[in-house]
Amino acid sequence: MNKKRYNDLVQKHMPKPGKMYNAMKAFIIGGSIGVLGQLLIDLFTKVLDIPQKEANTYMIIVLIFFASLFTAIGFFDNFVSFARAGIIVPITGFAHAMTSAALEYRKEGLITGVGSNIFKITGSVILYGVVAAYVFGIIRYLLFGG
Amino acid sequence: MIYVYSFLFAGFVCVLGQTILDNTKLTPGHVTALFVVIGAALDTFSIYDKIVEWAGGGALVPITSFGHLLLHGALEKAHDHGILGLSMGMFDLASTGIIAAMVIAFVLSLIFKPKH
Repeated sequence: MNKKRYNDLVQKHMPKPGKMYNAMKAFIIGGSIGVLGQLLIDLFTKVLDIPQKEANTYMIIVLIFFASLFTAIGFFDNFVSFARAGIIVPITGFAHAMTSAALEYRKEGLITGVGSNIFKITGSVILYGVVAAYVFGIIRYLLFGG
Repeated sequence: MIYVYSFLFAGFVCVLGQTILDNTKLTPGHVTALFVVIGAALDTFSIYDKIVEWAGGGALVPITSFGHLLLHGALEKAHDHGILGLSMGMFDLASTGIIAAMVIAFVLSLIFKPKH
């Protein structure tokens, strides 16, 4: 048995890295981002006297800004592959996907590269979000009148 | 107390996402698209509104809130303009997030080079 085949066999029979461990990581990191969001909202409403609704929006913009910036600097990719859903499910994942698409296709030019591919991953979120909101919007409009 | 609820709800949504990723062949793209649809679906019966009241930032941070914002913008305009208003108001609330992400991503792609 050569070394490669041996390694393959060992890989096959090794217990998969625990799903519980992954879920725990996602819970703690995702939860922390939720708390961070609430902290920012409180900071904006209480310290800077911004109305609640605008504070929510500023919070989302701040999270998007830092997620994009960290992606561009380069250390966010490793963190995403460590935290998985804990980063992907919050709005940080949306910003990460968009920035990494923009950076990746930058070398193919501004129009055919960045312009055509910036929505490569996030496009599905927007498309299905809009279609779902349209369908459920009609349902809610017809059932409850808006 | 809202911080505890924020942590619990945002964590719960992420665990759901992680469980789907671990146990099925779906990619992160599938999961985020699915969660946006779930967010809009929960809002059909005003459930997500209650979650936002209860968990604050914890409910606004996960991608599910994106579906909630789309539906709310659409319904606000639908109130005044009927069915046509759904399309008019769809992006009213959600656009700030999308536009921020687009502009920031574009500017950063001009400044930075990919690492690999």
